[in-house]
Amino acid sequence: MQAYPSSVPPPSSDKRWKLVEGTMRRHGHKTASLIEVLHTVQESFGFLDETSLRFVASSLRLPLSRVFGVATFYHYFSLKPPGKHTCVICMGTGCYVKGAENLMKVIEEIASVKAGETTSDGKVSVVAARCIGSCSLAPAVVFDGEVIPKAQPDAVRDRLRRWLNHDAG
Amino acid sequence: MTLDELQEIAEKEREEQKRTSCQIKVSVAAGCLSLHSDRVFEILQSEVVKRGLTGSCKVKAVGCMGLCAAGPLIRTEPQHTYYRGLSPENSEVLSAVVDNLDGKPVPEFALSPDIPFFAEQKRVVLENFGEIDPERIEDCIAAGGYEALLTCISNRSRDDVVQEITRSGLRGRGGAGYPTGLKWSMVAKAPGEQKYVICNADEGDPGAFMDRSVLESDPHRVLEGMAIAAYAVGANKGYIYCRAEYPLAVKRLKVAIRQAERLGLLGKKIGESDFGFEIEIRLGAGAFVCGEETALIASVEGNRGVPIPRPPYPAYSGLNHCPTLLNNVETFANIPPIMQKGADWFASIGTEKSKGTKVFALVGDVVNTGLLEVPMGIKLRDLVYRLGGGIPGNRKFKAVQTGGPSGGCIPEQFLDMSVDYESLTSVGSIMGSGGMIVMDETACMVDVAKFFMDFTRDESCGKCTPCRIGTTHLHGLLERICNGQGRMEDLSTLERLGVMVKRTALCGLGQTAPNPVSSTLRYFRNEYIEHIQNKTCAQGRCACSKVPAAMAER
Repeated sequence: MQAYPSSVPPPSSDKRWKLVEGTMRRHGHKTASLIEVLHTVQESFGFLDETSLRFVASSLRLPLSRVFGVATFYHYFSLKPPGKHTCVICMGTGCYVKGAENLMKVIEEIASVKAGETTSDGKVSVVAARCIGSCSLAPAVVFDGEVIPKAQPDAVRDRLRRWLNHDAG
Repeated sequence: MTLDELQEIAEKEREEQKRTSCQIKVSVAAGCLSLHSDRVFEILQSEVVKRGLTGSCKVKAVGCMGLCAAGPLIRTEPQHTYYRGLSPENSEVLSAVVDNLDGKPVPEFALSPDIPFFAEQKRVVLENFGEIDPERIEDCIAAGGYEALLTCISNRSRDDVVQEITRSGLRGRGGAGYPTGLKWSMVAKAPGEQKYVICNADEGDPGAFMDRSVLESDPHRVLEGMAIAAYAVGANKGYIYCRAEYPLAVKRLKVAIRQAERLGLLGKKIGESDFGFEIEIRLGAGAFVCGEETALIASVEGNRGVPIPRPPYPAYSGLNHCPTLLNNVETFANIPPIMQKGADWFASIGTEKSKGTKVFALVGDVVNTGLLEVPMGIKLRDLVYRLGGGIPGNRKFKAVQTGGPSGGCIPEQFLDMSVDYESLTSVGSIMGSGGMIVMDETACMVDVAKFFMDFTRDESCGKCTPCRIGTTHLHGLLERICNGQGRMEDLSTLERLGVMVKRTALCGLGQTAPNPVSSTLRYFRNEYIEHIQNKTCAQGRCACSKVPAAMAER
C-alpha cells in the first residue's frame, strides 16, 4: 500500500493520458486505485486496449496479469472499441417481466449482432445491462446515454434504423 | 461549524423559503428526468418569469416523489396537489398550473395526496423526498439535516450512540437483516487505531432502485448517517462504493460531499471537536458479487471482487486488514432520524422483530410502479392492491418476487402475510434490499427461475466450485425444461443440486442462488410438470411454446 512516484512516460502525446495520469496522481499511485484508474481510461478512450493496460500496470507497479485480471473480471470494462452509437437494453427483472427479451430480439435482428457485439461497420454497439434502476418505467433502453422509458419495439426499431442507415444521428 | 451555527443556517434558509407563498416542486430524480422533467422545470420557470411571479412563486427542483408510473411528477404548494404525467409537450397545461396556483387545481392532471399510495406510506428514510433540492445543502439543513450528527458529537458519548442504535432494533437493510447495533458495537470494540466505514451502494439486485433514489434525492442523509457511524465506532475514513451504472447518483454524491466539506460537516474537526471523518467515492464496475461484503472490500482495494471465507469478519479485519463497518445505503439513511427522535420512537414502528420501515421498489405488473416506504409488518396484499393499485388490465395476480436473485417467488396464498424479515424467510424468500416485482398470470415461473439462474451463473465469481458449476448445471436443466426437452427426474435433480449449492457455496451469492428455483418448484411445480409432460409453455414465454409469444400482444 506504499505510494510510489510515477516515472513511466505515457504511451503517446495524446492529451487524454493527462487525465489518466491525473487520476493516478490524485490517488498517490496507490495500487488500490487500479479500478478508479481503469474507469478514467475507459471514460477517456472508450475502452481498455493493451497499450493502456500496460501503461497502467507499469505506472502503478502492478503485474500486467493483475491489471488484466481486474479489467476482465468486471462487466463494466470493455476491451473492445465501442461503436459510434451504443444501445443498452436493460435486462433487469422489472424490464424482463415487461418484455425486455422481446425488445432484445428486435434489436438483435435489426442490428444483426448479438448483445455484447458491435455491427461490422462500427456504427452500433448492442449491450445488455444487468439493471439500470429504471425498473418502474420498464422496459428501459438507453440510446447513447439517453434513457427511453417504457420502450416500445416500434420506436426502438425506428431509432436503430436511423443509426444504421445514416451517418448522422 | 457548531450546532448553533448550523441552526442559524437552517433558520435563515427557512426564512428565505417563507418569502415565497407558492412553490412548484418538480422531481428531477432519474425516473422523471428520463421523462424530461428538466424541460418541464424550464417551462414552468419561464411561465413564472413571464407572469412576473418570481417574488412570490418558486419553482424548485426536488428529488423523487415515488410514483414513477405517473411521472414526470410535480407538486404545488400550498395547494398540496400532485400533477401527473405533465410532459414538456403539455405546455398549455403547465401554464394553466401556474395560472391556478392559488385557485383550484387543473382537474385532469391533478392527483390527490390522499390516494393510498401517498397517504398510507410511513416515511422515515424518504421524509425529505420530493421536498428538498438534493443539490443544495442549505435546503437539507433547513429540513433538520446534520443536526443529529452535531448533537451526537457535542452531547453524546460514542458508547451512548451505539447503545441508542442497538435499542432501536434497526436491522441491516441490505437484505440479510443483521442487527445494526451489534455490528457497530463489534467494530467499536475491535482493537486497532485505523478503522473504516463503508457504505454499500452497489445495488446489484435487478429490479431494485431504492439506494439509487436515496442517493439521488437525499444524499446528505447518507453522509450524515455514515459520519454518525464513524463517530460511534471510531473511524476517520469512509468510502461509498457506488455502482458506475448510476451516474446521477454519483454526481449528486460528489456535490454533497463537497458541500458538506465546505461547511465543515465532513473533514477534520467536525463540530469543532477532535473528530474528523472523510468520505471518498469508489466506483463499482458491474459485478453483482461485490454486494457481498468481503468481495466489496476486495474491490475497494482495487482487486477482483472475489469473496473470502469469514471469519475473520470485516468488523475485525476488513479494508486494509483494519476493523471496518459496512452498512447499506438505507441503513445509514435510517441513522439520523433514530438519533434525532430516539430509539423508542423507531422501535414503536414495525413488528416485534422487524422494527421501523422499509423502502420498496414496487415494479412489474402493478399499476402504481414506483418507490414507497411502509412500516414493517404491512400486509403484502395491501402493498400490491391498495398502495400499488392492483394489477393492470384486470389480469390475475400470480406472484411477487422479492430479494432479487437471492430471493424467491411468493404465490397468491401468502398475500395476507405480514412483510417482515422472518415471514418472508419462512415462505422461502428473503426481504432482500427491497425490490418487489409483481407478476401477473402471463408470467411463466420456469422462465423466471431460468432468468435468475442465468443471472447468478453469469455473475458467479468462479472462486468456489459449488457456485461456479452448480449454477451452470441448474441453468442448463432449466433451459432444457424450457426448451421442451425436460424429464421428470430433472425436478428432483434441481432440488438436490439446489440444496448442495446452498450448503456448500462460499458466499451469500452462491448460498442463496438456488432460492428462485426452489421457491418456484415449491409453489409452481405444476408449471414445471406442464413444460415437461406437454412440452409447452402455457404462457408462451418459453422456446417450447406452441402459441406465439404472448409478450408481442402487450
